[in-house]
Amino acid sequence: MSPRRVYLNLGVFAKGYLRSRVGLFFALVFPVILILLFGAIFSNSSTTSVDVYVQNLDHNSPLSLQFLEALNSTKVVHLHFVSPSVGNLSKWLAANDQSDGLVIPAGFAAGYFNKTPVNLTVITNPQDATTSGIVYGAVDGVANYFNLQRANGTVILNVQQLSPPTLGGQSFQYIDYLVPGLIGFSVLTSPMFSMVNISSEYKKEKLFRQLSLTPLTKSEWLSSTIIWYIILTLVSTVIMVAVGQGAFGAKVTLSPLMLPFLVLGPILFTSLGLLAGSISKDPETAAVIGNIITFPMMFLSGTFFPVSLFPPWLVTVAHVLPLFYVIDGLNAAMLYGNVGTALFDMAVVGILALILFIASVRVFQWREN
Amino acid sequence: MQRTEALINLVEVIAIRKLVKDYGNLRAVDGIDLSIQKGEVYAFLGPNGAGKTTTVEILEGLRPRTSGEVEVLGLDPWKDNKKLIRQLGVIPQDFKFFDKITPKEAVAFYAGLFGKRADADAILKKVRLEDKASDRYETLSGGQKQKMGLALALVNEPAVLFLDEPTTGLDPQARRSIWEVIRSLRSEGRTVFLTTHYLEEAQLLADRVAIINHGKIVATGSPEDIIREHGRSEVLSLQAPPKLADYLRSKLDLPVRAEDHTVDVELNSNEDVLRVLTLVQQSGIPWTGVSTRQDTLEDVFIRLVGKTTESGDVGPTALGGSK
Repeated sequence: MSPRRVYLNLGVFAKGYLRSRVGLFFALVFPVILILLFGAIFSNSSTTSVDVYVQNLDHNSPLSLQFLEALNSTKVVHLHFVSPSVGNLSKWLAANDQSDGLVIPAGFAAGYFNKTPVNLTVITNPQDATTSGIVYGAVDGVANYFNLQRANGTVILNVQQLSPPTLGGQSFQYIDYLVPGLIGFSVLTSPMFSMVNISSEYKKEKLFRQLSLTPLTKSEWLSSTIIWYIILTLVSTVIMVAVGQGAFGAKVTLSPLMLPFLVLGPILFTSLGLLAGSISKDPETAAVIGNIITFPMMFLSGTFFPVSLFPPWLVTVAHVLPLFYVIDGLNAAMLYGNVGTALFDMAVVGILALILFIASVRVFQWREN
Repeated sequence: MQRTEALINLVEVIAIRKLVKDYGNLRAVDGIDLSIQKGEVYAFLGPNGAGKTTTVEILEGLRPRTSGEVEVLGLDPWKDNKKLIRQLGVIPQDFKFFDKITPKEAVAFYAGLFGKRADADAILKKVRLEDKASDRYETLSGGQKQKMGLALALVNEPAVLFLDEPTTGLDPQARRSIWEVIRSLRSEGRTVFLTTHYLEEAQLLADRVAIINHGKIVATGSPEDIIREHGRSEVLSLQAPPKLADYLRSKLDLPVRAEDHTVDVELNSNEDVLRVLTLVQQSGIPWTGVSTRQDTLEDVFIRLVGKTTESGDVGPTALGGSK
């Protein structure tokens, strides 16, 4: 592979893209419009509320009820009570298709008053960084408050998470989820729609054939195209974060953990777009295939609303969509600083990107067989 | 002719032996042989579906062959494609490029890809596109787009150029300017493999011609040789009623045809002209005009393949010029 030829093709591709106002609008302007629009609509709305199933093993002691009332007052969780007689709460949650729970242990009140450590167990779905962050953050916040009241900050109530995120402790507004969601939207739509269109149009107009008559190789062409979409994604991300923070005070941070998603995401979706365009007989079929792939992903991956708000069966659907792992990873990186979840999502996106890159290079025809 | 004779013993740059290309059950190219020498302008003619473009694309390395041997500049176009394309210039049929890119940017892009230091202005001037150097491809006319394709084909200073119908759909002026470029390429010693469905273009530009039909070569040689071998004798045409043809048939041993108030008599010698005109005078049958003509490449082509090249379009009338 020649870096010089990659650079030359990147220059021509970028010129073509920048001179086409439609492409530029959808890549940079449209996501900002969506942030402004959805941000304005939901900026005064309440925080997201997550269902949490509580098993109180402290025989409904006044202190435990006081603790749960405080937790309920955060309004970020909606508490449901489960009888101690059901046994292990984790198993009960799994059996009832629920993900988030809290166990108040026996001896909770006694331990608190005696200033002996008490472990509160929070159960969350490890693959859903959004919900994990909300539940853990809420319980941890109330526990800290109680610790402060009783022992001047010395830890008595210790929150343990069965699938613990590294940090949390904040309650999040809609705009906080919207910014990573729309960065994911941008990672998906710009490369996908463009590549589906480009690959089928280039095939129809025989532009791939034209390029094959030069020393440029198809891997070089695809690499330069991917680099362009990575650049576009990075620019678009900076703009969206600036607008989200500036206009609505979004609590998102530009973390280095985001970078792999902003690189691997465009590789994944550029390759997927090329693959969809390559297997299509004509641009019209390509557009249909592209829409079939893109639209469900756009709405079911947590772009506009956290996946935790979906019904369980839709959460399962979301988990098979590649964009879910991009957005979940961006949430983990930008909102929760949850390294474990980010690394898991990164691995999924990386493996998918590699598979699709290889598949697209193999399937798309530079010359004709 | 002088030029063709001068080519004898020059280096063979394109060699095709028993080339076959099948698409499923359809045999598109059926065992053709061709040999093209360095510096020739070689025209490849045939009706739609005859196998022209398939042959050209095999030579360019765009398609694999089913069987046979093909060499361009001593290289296998399919296996040695990346090495070969550095020495080839190609205008594909119906050349297209990126809409938002200008001819000057395109030439610079190609020069970079080929690792050449090209003077974009000089190349665009050569194809007479210097006035549109900074206009985007999407705004160019059909002729200007083809000129841009020609400019790109010249960027790497190729030894062999494949021009697949480079003048199709162009106005006479644009066509002539492309002819001039082809002539200048020949004068520089480059080999040009030209497919066209304008037969008079082939007759004007080509040193040698091959006519392909149903995947087989049906005639090959210089245009003059093909006309001599496959064409009819010189014809005397009279604008006269069919009964003159009946009269002449009764008096002459020469082939006489009548069609649409035209009577054609095939001549064997110059003396036949005088004999025919004397008989016409003696017949007393009125006539309005007389002319002589010889078969063109187009006449021969129609006779050999039984049809015109492109939906009845056999190209423009002769526009003059010389090889």
